[in-house]
Amino acid sequence: MKTLRIVAVALVALAAAGLAWAAFAPPRVDSRDELFEIPKGTFARRMAGDKVEILPSRIDLTLGLNDHLLLRNLDDVPQQFGPVLVMPGQSFRLPFELASTYSFDCTAHASGQMTIVVAEAPATPWDRLLWRWNRMRMKIHA
Amino acid sequence: MRPVPFVSRIPPALALACACALAVAGEPAPIGLKAGAFDPPQAAAEFPDGVSATDGGALRLARYRGKVVLLVFGFTHCPAVCPTTLATLVEARRLLGADAVALQVVYVTVDPERDDLAHVRRYLAGFDPAFVGGTGQPQALALLRKRYGVSAQKLPAAGGGADYAMSHSTSIYLIDREGRLRALMPFGHSAADFAHDVRQLLALR
Repeated sequence: MKTLRIVAVALVALAAAGLAWAAFAPPRVDSRDELFEIPKGTFARRMAGDKVEILPSRIDLTLGLNDHLLLRNLDDVPQQFGPVLVMPGQSFRLPFELASTYSFDCTAHASGQMTIVVAEAPATPWDRLLWRWNRMRMKIHA
Repeated sequence: MRPVPFVSRIPPALALACACALAVAGEPAPIGLKAGAFDPPQAAAEFPDGVSATDGGALRLARYRGKVVLLVFGFTHCPAVCPTTLATLVEARRLLGADAVALQVVYVTVDPERDDLAHVRRYLAGFDPAFVGGTGQPQALALLRKRYGVSAQKLPAAGGGADYAMSHSTSIYLIDREGRLRALMPFGHSAADFAHDVRQLLALR
């Protein structure tokens, strides 16, 4: 019973330490690039009738963390991303410096629009918690 | 920020407590341009036959080799985007000072029906006589737009009648002195951003 209590206390302490870290440690990232790749064969799949969605209709970026939209075309034909025509083997990196909502015409989406929401870097402990939580969810779903 | 109930904070908090190891560290790579940059840059598509320049002759990118070209697509009846863009580029040229001679703004219409050469010339002169306009055969202009991935669509006036507007791509293409398409600046950037990027491109060897 005593051992169980010690384990429980240790777990709670660990969770508290993790929370404190997640709330107070400034977020850092390997790269500010938010990468979207068009794999080789995408055009052929589209021609065969597959509905291939590379870009979500909404992309969330955060200033200072992941504020560079990076589009990479690994296919054999030019690909249009919103207003950008990216040639085979070419990348396009678009940096954002202002927090705002950007809308681009994009024929690849049913709405005809692609929206990029650029948020300020998380400044408060709660914002950092949320940012890390959302980041982790995105990684899990990726 | 609106208050968040305590209970709804628990799942992210617990998950985060168990996922601290997912955090990564490192420094972002520096980005040289304010505009979106192509990597590797490729030769900018040359203008097809059938597009004329307001300064005479056929409009060809090759004519401006040695200069940085800012390529804009628009139409002279544009109520907001085009005047804003062109005014921004006027200011960018002013910011560039002596370097402005190495910059060429090229404005190609998406509305050849109303934008003949004389009209485009008069329109651009109201901003900067150094700007060069392009117009011509609709098929040639459509081909040019296709080469750059530019969209343009006629929108009938709300009240009907012969009047119409045009919906068009609003980004500006940055072409270096060697004729390579280097970058694309989305609408809304400041003159200082354009001046910055033009200087960067002028500094390229």
